[in-house]
Amino acid sequence: MSQTVSDRPNAPLYTLPKAPTGITGLDEITGGGLPQGRPTLICGSAGCGKTLFSMEFIVRGAMQFGEPGVFMTFEEKTEELVMNVASLGFDLTQLQADKLLRLDYVHVERQEIEETGEYDLEGLFIRLGHAIDSIGAKRVVLDTIETLFSGLTNQGIIRAEIRRLFEWLRNKGVTTVITGEKGDGTLTRQGLEEYVSDCVILLDHRVSNQISTRLLRVVKYRGGVHGTNEYPFLIDEEGISVLPVTSLTLDKPVSSERVSTGIAALDKMLDGKGFFRGSSILVSGTAGTGKTSIAASFANETCQRGERCMYFAFEESPQQICRNMDSIGMNLQQHVDAGLLRFHASRPTLNGLEMHLVAIHKAVKTFKPTTIVLDPITNLITVGAMSEVKSMLIRLIDFLQTEQITVLFTALSLNTVIQEQTDEGVSSLVDVWLSVKDIEFNGERNRGLYVMKSRGMKHSNQIREFIITDSGLDLVDVYLGPEGILTGSAREAQELLQETGVALRDHAVSRKDREIERKRSVLESRVSALREEFESVQEELNRSYVEDELRNEVLEKNRAQLTRSRHKED
Amino acid sequence: MTDPPQVDSDDVEDAHPFILRLFITGATPNSVRAITNLKRLCEKHLPGRYTLEIIDIHQQPEHAELEQLIALPLLIKEQPLPQRRLIGDMSDTPRVLAALGLPGSKS
Repeated sequence: MSQTVSDRPNAPLYTLPKAPTGITGLDEITGGGLPQGRPTLICGSAGCGKTLFSMEFIVRGAMQFGEPGVFMTFEEKTEELVMNVASLGFDLTQLQADKLLRLDYVHVERQEIEETGEYDLEGLFIRLGHAIDSIGAKRVVLDTIETLFSGLTNQGIIRAEIRRLFEWLRNKGVTTVITGEKGDGTLTRQGLEEYVSDCVILLDHRVSNQISTRLLRVVKYRGGVHGTNEYPFLIDEEGISVLPVTSLTLDKPVSSERVSTGIAALDKMLDGKGFFRGSSILVSGTAGTGKTSIAASFANETCQRGERCMYFAFEESPQQICRNMDSIGMNLQQHVDAGLLRFHASRPTLNGLEMHLVAIHKAVKTFKPTTIVLDPITNLITVGAMSEVKSMLIRLIDFLQTEQITVLFTALSLNTVIQEQTDEGVSSLVDVWLSVKDIEFNGERNRGLYVMKSRGMKHSNQIREFIITDSGLDLVDVYLGPEGILTGSAREAQELLQETGVALRDHAVSRKDREIERKRSVLESRVSALREEFESVQEELNRSYVEDELRNEVLEKNRAQLTRSRHKED
Repeated sequence: MTDPPQVDSDDVEDAHPFILRLFITGATPNSVRAITNLKRLCEKHLPGRYTLEIIDIHQQPEHAELEQLIALPLLIKEQPLPQRRLIGDMSDTPRVLAALGLPGSKS
């Protein structure tokens, strides 16, 4: 309780020191923990985890932060308390022996006490002070001082004394947690503790659709910013985990590294390289379109790269998935054996959405996968409303992106309003959306796959036929004919038809070639006849020419002779 | 600051001596009042047949946990049985007498 501004003129303002609780997630919400040296009230109805919460605060303080603590219980006997928290792995006996913890059971029995005038609670103060001093405690829990009100009749004295107690604890400089039963319309029954505490945390246990969710809300926090929402929390064998649900900012690291989808042809559709690492992928489609197969082949590919993959199955058991994927040439069991692939199969109805989220968080934190698969997310709708599922997925994607984990969801789409909303609801969050469709044509169902969206990369806008073979998954180009898209046997028939056409055309071409050949020979023979004719005409012409020459020559000769003979006569 | 047991050995007519223990906290008004009130009461109603031990738990804080002390001053009637616990400054004489099982409460 020494909140002072430092003497140095340029020193930053002295902000409230905080005592970390060590409870997963709570320190994020409160920005570091509970106000140090001040009292905090934890209130809630019966069975919401108040005692456990405060016990964890003490135990973690002692074990992780070296701050010994006093736990003063008014309700449970110390032996009971030790036994109750042993299930969480807290060894209180050992902690007590190590002088890190002191348990004190305060017994208040109205029957045994006769009030005979003015009194005070100095006994409690001294007792607490003694306990604090004996181990040098920094943390104190009072669980719950409300019992005093039922044990003693003079309310005026108790109220005044409790105020004094809080003041005294502040002066002692111990971080105090008190618990209080939730009253009717007020945070506590006495309506006192919430005003004297510097921080009030309300725990709630709500059941909707037969599924219970524990929720935590920081109602007040003097001198500190804190998340104001209701945060779900979980009590399991490791204590309490609170989910600091949404990260408020969108400043996650991004990777431009690409990872293969496990289907070569699908990689080709995605710019030839596959998904971005750390991105979120949604595979949606109707029943039996091969969503799980796509998911499994992505998981398989991840493991083959030597990376870890976590597979959350909400519909099938791990054994079932392994067996089924075996039939299409994928041996998932070897990855499981190698410790690269881990299945986490649970029915969605096993626990509330938040529990699933916490389970995923925990699994991710311990297994450290680079890829996780959720198959299918639509089953979660049986547990929560649409908006809840969406907000859960937002939180999940947020979390996974900060961890640089690639996540693949599958979603079943039926032709109902709710399911269409799923696609819409989730699809805006994901980076890549693959849609697998049934193409029903010509008396058979075939699968068509296309990329609905893919942020940050060139991607094919074509529908490909998605085929599942004994040796894995493949995509083939669909036939785009005059009648539209053809798939399956219709595509094959069309291909056959095309082949026939080619053969026929080849045949026709060769026949035409022969015709041309024949025509040429006919023409050529005709040309030679004409040439013959021309030659004979030429010869004829030449002959008459020679004759004329000869005649002229003879005539000339005769004339010369005649002339000569005439001269002789002369 | 444990007072020595104050035994009035004038005449021991009753076989059941009262063994009383009073827990106080230093010299607070409540404590002082409780001591005076109790002493006066005992002298009046139990002359010579009571032992009163006054314990200041500021001096002996370990008593606080041992005796399940919360509200103070606290008077414990150890003998005769049944054990009774009285808190307060003992100003409500009829209640104190009733709790101690003394007939003087009616007067």
